[in-house]
Amino acid sequence: MATTLLIIGNGMAGVRLLECLLRHAPERFSITVVGAEPTEGYNRVLLSALLAQDVAEQDVILKDRGWYEHNGITLISGDPVVTVDAVMRCATLASGLCLAFDQCVFATGSHPIRLPVPGMDKPGVITFRDLSDVAAMEQAAVRGQRVAVIGGGLLGIEAAYGLAKRGADVTLVHVMERLMERQLDAAAANLVKKALAARNVKVLLTHQTLEVTGEEIADGLLFADGTRLQADLVVCAVGIRPNADLAKTAGLAVNRGIIVDDALRTNITGFHAIGECAEHRGIAYGLVEPAYAQADILARQLAGERVNFEGMVLATNLKVSGLPVFSAGNFMNDPALQSVLLTERKAGTYRKLVLDGDRLVGCVLVGNTDDALWYLDLIRRGTDVSQARHLMIHGRDFAEPALGGSYDQAA
Amino acid sequence: MQHVLPLPVKTTCPYCGVGCGVDITLDGAGNASVKGDAEHPANFGKLCVKGSALGETLDLQGRLLHPMIHGQISTWNKAVGFVADGLRRVIEEHGPNAVGFYLSGQLLTEDYYIANKFAKGFLGTPHVDTNSRLCMASSVAGHRRAFGSDTVPQTYDDLDQADLIILVGSNAAWCHPVLYQRMQMAREKRGAKIINIDPRRTATSEGADLHLSVKSGMDSVLFSWLLVQLQDRCMVDYDYVESHTNGFDQAMAAARRIAPDIETVATRTGLAAIDIATFVRWFIIRDRVVTCYSQGVNQSAQGSDKVNAILNCHLATARIGKPGCGPLSLTGQPNAMGGREVGGLANMLAAHMGYAPSEVDRVRRFWGAPNMVHQEGLKAVQMFEAVERGEIKALWVMHTNPSVTMPRADAMRAAMKKLDLFVVSEAMSRTDTTLSGAHVLLPAAAWGEKDGTVTNSERRISRQRSFLPPPGEAKPDWEHIALVAQRMGYDEGFSYDTPSSIFREHAALSAFENGGSRDFDIGAVESLSDADYGSMVPFLWPWRKGEEPQERFFGEGRFYTPDKRGRLLAVVDPVLAAPVCDAFPFLLNTGRVRDHWHTMTRTGKAIRLAQHTAEPTLAVNPNDAMRIDVAEGTYVRIESIHGAASLRIILDYGLPEGSVFAPFHWNDATSGLARVDAVAQAFTDPVSGQPELKATPVRLTRLTMQCEGFLIARHHIVLPEWLQHARITIPGGEALLFASTGSAETVHALLLNHLGEIWQRAEVADPANGDFRTLAFVSDRLNAALFVQKQRDRVALDWMIDALGKSTLSAVERRAVLAGVPPHGLADLGPLVCSCFAVRRTTIVDSVRAGAVSVEAIGEALNAGTNCGSCRPEIKRLISDIRLSRQPEAA
Repeated sequence: MATTLLIIGNGMAGVRLLECLLRHAPERFSITVVGAEPTEGYNRVLLSALLAQDVAEQDVILKDRGWYEHNGITLISGDPVVTVDAVMRCATLASGLCLAFDQCVFATGSHPIRLPVPGMDKPGVITFRDLSDVAAMEQAAVRGQRVAVIGGGLLGIEAAYGLAKRGADVTLVHVMERLMERQLDAAAANLVKKALAARNVKVLLTHQTLEVTGEEIADGLLFADGTRLQADLVVCAVGIRPNADLAKTAGLAVNRGIIVDDALRTNITGFHAIGECAEHRGIAYGLVEPAYAQADILARQLAGERVNFEGMVLATNLKVSGLPVFSAGNFMNDPALQSVLLTERKAGTYRKLVLDGDRLVGCVLVGNTDDALWYLDLIRRGTDVSQARHLMIHGRDFAEPALGGSYDQAA
Repeated sequence: MQHVLPLPVKTTCPYCGVGCGVDITLDGAGNASVKGDAEHPANFGKLCVKGSALGETLDLQGRLLHPMIHGQISTWNKAVGFVADGLRRVIEEHGPNAVGFYLSGQLLTEDYYIANKFAKGFLGTPHVDTNSRLCMASSVAGHRRAFGSDTVPQTYDDLDQADLIILVGSNAAWCHPVLYQRMQMAREKRGAKIINIDPRRTATSEGADLHLSVKSGMDSVLFSWLLVQLQDRCMVDYDYVESHTNGFDQAMAAARRIAPDIETVATRTGLAAIDIATFVRWFIIRDRVVTCYSQGVNQSAQGSDKVNAILNCHLATARIGKPGCGPLSLTGQPNAMGGREVGGLANMLAAHMGYAPSEVDRVRRFWGAPNMVHQEGLKAVQMFEAVERGEIKALWVMHTNPSVTMPRADAMRAAMKKLDLFVVSEAMSRTDTTLSGAHVLLPAAAWGEKDGTVTNSERRISRQRSFLPPPGEAKPDWEHIALVAQRMGYDEGFSYDTPSSIFREHAALSAFENGGSRDFDIGAVESLSDADYGSMVPFLWPWRKGEEPQERFFGEGRFYTPDKRGRLLAVVDPVLAAPVCDAFPFLLNTGRVRDHWHTMTRTGKAIRLAQHTAEPTLAVNPNDAMRIDVAEGTYVRIESIHGAASLRIILDYGLPEGSVFAPFHWNDATSGLARVDAVAQAFTDPVSGQPELKATPVRLTRLTMQCEGFLIARHHIVLPEWLQHARITIPGGEALLFASTGSAETVHALLLNHLGEIWQRAEVADPANGDFRTLAFVSDRLNAALFVQKQRDRVALDWMIDALGKSTLSAVERRAVLAGVPPHGLADLGPLVCSCFAVRRTTIVDSVRAGAVSVEAIGEALNAGTNCGSCRPEIKRLISDIRLSRQPEAA
């Protein structure tokens, strides 16, 4: 009889795990997936594209119910797990349904953080996390209202861009002195700011929100410098926090996220965690790429392979159409490192490569990200690029021939 | 006037003393096609690369188009008044001797004549000298001492008939290319031998049968030994010597003192005894010997004696004034000879007359001169020293650039700033001289814009004809003088309306009370009509009234000394003016490069002349380079007690150890820190007054350049003087090649503001690698590029030059421009060898490796060397180098 596997979470990590299991360990498990949201699993990454009307709603659905049935997977959605008994190996759902299992995978993802300031719970304040948020924003935008987006990170920028594209009067509010300060250096961030301005997004930097104003419903923001901003809708996109409470109550070791080892095992045998809810080597990844990698590796683990997840150089892709932005690795001005810069004012192109001796350790690309994955590959392989040092900044066409041997070697 | 002439216009090349005839055809769109004049006896249709490129030098970029007073545009009326008043004031306060004229071997004879007349006959100052003083004054002195006149006895025709051609102190292959090719013809056709006597092994040596690397200044020892040997081997023509010359015994005695035996001669000249013997033997067994001597002989503190040591040998053997037989001075400039004919040199009065009272009186009467001078004036170097001392208060410089070319150039430049009146007649607006504190600039018509005559090295007088109107308010130099003279009240003496009227007067003076007493006589053309002047064909002087032009001189004696006998001269034991010492261990030799002329005001405009030698260099013997630890392409500061320059090193086995060579062309208008004559010493020959420009003791200090790079732009850019750089003309703009001891980042930042158009710039910065590049675009066109790197990237430079030539850049090309890498990986083809067909070294090397192992084969394969031929020696050397380096493989 097949082992029973419970996967908590039907998001991107969960669904990817299912796909990998079907590939690496068909027939081996009898799988049940529990999703808190009522819909099928969908591609969260595409929400901003959906908001920006770059894709249609059906495009974001990952797998329809037919797929689950066809593959003999039990899908329970809209009925979140409320407790997990790690000793008895059973999970209780909101509906009271009790599921027994042999092994359990936490793929519970994360939830958006709301600023700890007064008024954040008022009606008219939303986050940007799921389809319902998108729906709310759609209505707001369509009515041509004034929207304040708090948070100058990836999510905030994409939300602001999408809203503006739909005709809302958008102001992006960020507490730091530059946008995406954890992904971009000053020059790149400045280009992004310019590009947003060109797309009718007003940007307020170094604005710390003290309070969401308004009697019953939110009507604006009050900043630390005393200034105010009128807003009919406030979107809070200041970051995410791993959904680890369920695991914690189940007795799993939790720090920021559910602590896993390189085999993605938690501290309790038979319990695993992947994706945004997991914390590996102190890092709780907030991006889809490591989640997918973890899903694949866990699937292989469960299939009996000895493979490990050893962490991942992060790469960021800003999805604002007409403004490709990519960053990976270490690109801050670390005096121990060497950087090479290319700027083309008119084309709005900016490139920064960061080298540690003969190796590429980071890059920021704005305007033209054609070679992004090539650079990322060199960074992750730690290829010796000294032979093509003078050409690296000009991209693959120029550098790869000069790189010649050392590149193949690494390959 | 040029419009009634049938096209093409026949004129004469403005460069070297060969005086080639040039056919100019205008296409009506401002372009001139340039061809050698097939009928001109100097070149029979051939042209060198400089001459061939004349069509590229006719633009108005940088031209002086209006009279300027104190840097402000003025009118001719005001400017002429300013000069006239200034001269009057200086003469009133300090006397006429406080006025000096510094003229040029590139002036036309008519300009020269009237300037000389104005100064010596009307202002009353004898201080009229010319840049010919730096060029061949020693030959003049030698000729006058031996012949009693400044006579060149031979013609080019003698080169065709010679069995032995001796080139002394001449890099004819580069400096007189068309004549050199003619010598090579004699070598090929009739087996003539060529001996090249020069401390340097040069391109000329490549086409020589024997190269004698004589120690600097020791030529007289070699020729004294030749004279001794001629007597000991019974080669002396005693009939000729006794019936036509004086001084034989004294000359021979002196020769025997200087060259007592072969060992002494070998030691002092630094030559192998066997080579000396070959030299002597060839001279003895070949009757038809032409000895050509040039700047290597002249620019020397013993120059006059060198000339006489040479002349002694020709006189002793009567090998003079006969077909294929005699001494032939090769002058550097197109009209040095014309200047000598009118008295442009301070120690000549006019028309080859000196300062004998009878001569002074004759010229006074002919001119009707109110203020006739009575004694020689100061020669160039002394004249500028007098300016330095404040004795000369007013100086009028015409058609030359003394701030660059005078020895101790920095001191001379400073001296000029002290003048009460400093007038410059010049075609270009910004030269080191016009920027040396000139009070008045008079815009001069340039070559192709004015009419007159020039005389070449073989005494052949040819017409320079105008084919373009003078631009702006430019006027021919003779008009500058005439206007000022008239303003000073000398109307009758200076009311010329055409250059032909000046020429007629000049011709008449040459015949005036001559009757065969003076060599220079062109009485046959003294009453030439304007039409005949317009259609004048080249002719040799003398051309006496009623006679035919005379081919040669002195075959049967008849010298121009009082006793009509030639003089063999007891030459002085030669010593360098300044020997090397521990502090200044190297001897600086200066000279020319193949594709440039003088201070580059004209050749600097031609794209195809820019590449052969793109920047100022210092050639060093590789062993010396190893000793002072400098490599090819690195930079050194070269320093004498007079001044300094910084130059890029090229290694040259052709240089003797202890000797370095630098071209003198570059200056502050074309480069930075490259004024080589600021380093040169001013010691002069006691007789000729010519400075020893080829033997200045110097020291070399290695410069550690932190960065090199280039800046190319469509617009004219002036870089700071303190930055090591050189300017070259490229299609559509300029390139500035630079290097600095400053950091790449600093230099890049300093030069950025020259790029303009900030919003369209693209930048690449790799601080850790000291690599900074900025490009400025205008829409899809590259407008400027600044590359600052550890070492200059040749390929990038060539690609940028290529890209600047494109009107638009494709997306691919634009990225390639940023990368500094041509889209299709253009290889580094090395430096340009053949300028005429733009063939680079690598192409030739490949072709040789592919089996083209003769200059002819290369010519067939690549056309290289088939036009002007001035690169044939280099091609030949390349071939032999490659074959040598191949031998091990073959073995």
